[in-house]
Amino acid sequence: MTDLSVRLGSLTLRNPLIPASGTFGFGQEFLPWYDLDLLGAISFKGTTAEARFGNPTPRIAECPAGMLNSVGLQNPGVDHVIAEELPALRRVFHGPIIANISGFSIEEYVRCAEKLTREEQVEILEINISCPNVRHGGMAFGTDPSAAAAVTRAVREVATKPVYMKLSPNVTDIVSIARACEDAGADGLSLINTLLGMRIDLKRRRPVLANSVGGYSGPGIFPVALRMVWQVTGAVSVPVIGMGGISTAWDVLEMLMAGAKAVQIGAANLVDPMACPHILESLPAEMEKLGIRSLSEITRV
Amino acid sequence: MKYTVIENRPLNATVLSMWLSGDTSAFRRPGQFVQVYVPGFYLRRPISVCEWTEGRLRLVYKPVGPGTEKLAAFKPGDDLDLLPGLGNGFDASLLGCHPLLVGGGVGLPPLLGLCRQLLAERRLPSVLAGFAGEDDVFLLDDFEALGVPVTVTTQDGSRGLQGLVTNALPRLDFDSLAACGPIPMMKALRNTAGQVPQLYSLEERMGCGFGACMGCTVQTAGGPARVCKEGPVFRGEELMWS
Repeated sequence: MTDLSVRLGSLTLRNPLIPASGTFGFGQEFLPWYDLDLLGAISFKGTTAEARFGNPTPRIAECPAGMLNSVGLQNPGVDHVIAEELPALRRVFHGPIIANISGFSIEEYVRCAEKLTREEQVEILEINISCPNVRHGGMAFGTDPSAAAAVTRAVREVATKPVYMKLSPNVTDIVSIARACEDAGADGLSLINTLLGMRIDLKRRRPVLANSVGGYSGPGIFPVALRMVWQVTGAVSVPVIGMGGISTAWDVLEMLMAGAKAVQIGAANLVDPMACPHILESLPAEMEKLGIRSLSEITRV
Repeated sequence: MKYTVIENRPLNATVLSMWLSGDTSAFRRPGQFVQVYVPGFYLRRPISVCEWTEGRLRLVYKPVGPGTEKLAAFKPGDDLDLLPGLGNGFDASLLGCHPLLVGGGVGLPPLLGLCRQLLAERRLPSVLAGFAGEDDVFLLDDFEALGVPVTVTTQDGSRGLQGLVTNALPRLDFDSLAACGPIPMMKALRNTAGQVPQLYSLEERMGCGFGACMGCTVQTAGGPARVCKEGPVFRGEELMWS
């Protein structure tokens, strides 16, 4: 028997698979395809203090081995999430919920964290300081070590749950950001968010995306994500959730060998709603071939 | 979900008709769509369902890029992976006894399925189809075979009335309207069709097609709505097109 369970600090997950924020809504859209309780955890759609419509369309562009999105943090606001979305999610999913929080100011991150940290079944606050699709916020906090530390410190002060900072790959030195977050009290890190990209519509001679630029995700970014997780886990001691283009059981095992303790599945959910169950199904056989009895025995290469 | 191509043939120089066999139990209404996986391309292609019967469905589509061009090369016997039964489709209960079905170019196909349903419900639909020119005309045989009145407009006047579909509107009698086509056409309809109940099927670039990514959200009178999930069909009064 293979053991798929993994540990994130003091939290045990039945398996390392977590749908990534922004690719899974609040879970409801996947109910026609599978029982959500087979997932290790769920990171829900990035939530801000107020409701946001997000960016104009087109918000999506295809790329080789992936896609761009410039959704721009569309969400119904933290109070609606707590009143409607979370209770609905709890009815269909009984494992750990990761509350993904975005903001445009430190005060906004704190406001959301104060509310979501009190919610039953929310086991981790994942603080998104890396959204590439909004101005004056999001990624601005994630590209500067002192700003990242300031958000971490402020959220850590009000949080009663572990705080994971979600990092941007759009930086010169992700290790310095990771260290700054750890030093400021982060309990863990999530990486990577999407890579800033662009496509141009040749016939119209203008960007495909209404927002001109957007975040690149999908298998094309997996090697970049793997490299960054490996660099960061070599420099910090807090647990890291690895993500970025993971689509197969092999990718999961690679990411764990890069030092991640769990993984998030993002774009893969959008092209195959059964991506997570398919990966989960094939994991034990791939582990057996490699002589891995337990995922938690995997150490960083 | 696996489907097998039965037929994939051109209807004119640019539009193809593909019949597939497979499970159609997910389809509830005309105007729903499928997400087609095209090997070699990351995102699925959303294509509206023209019509379906038990175990068979028909896609009528126009290749507009490398992905749909590859689809055009599929042969009978080839398998395709589809996500079936997506979107809300046309709620025919919102239409009257004499609905006008207005299709602009490649927006026409889902109206065939709707037309069949309306006839089955003993209603008397008529069809208004707009094309750029005679060479672009397709699918009219299918409507005529149903015995419904069909009015055609072409922008260059090479077939039917010259001009846009809105030019033909004053001569037609209808108590409700369902439309699918380019946004400027549908906006013009909304401005000229008066107070009758109206349904419009929107198109938008999509990521997932089943409501997860928020890639296709439009603002409506009732708040943000996903074209793939709350849509693609919206009531006229929901659309903020003033």
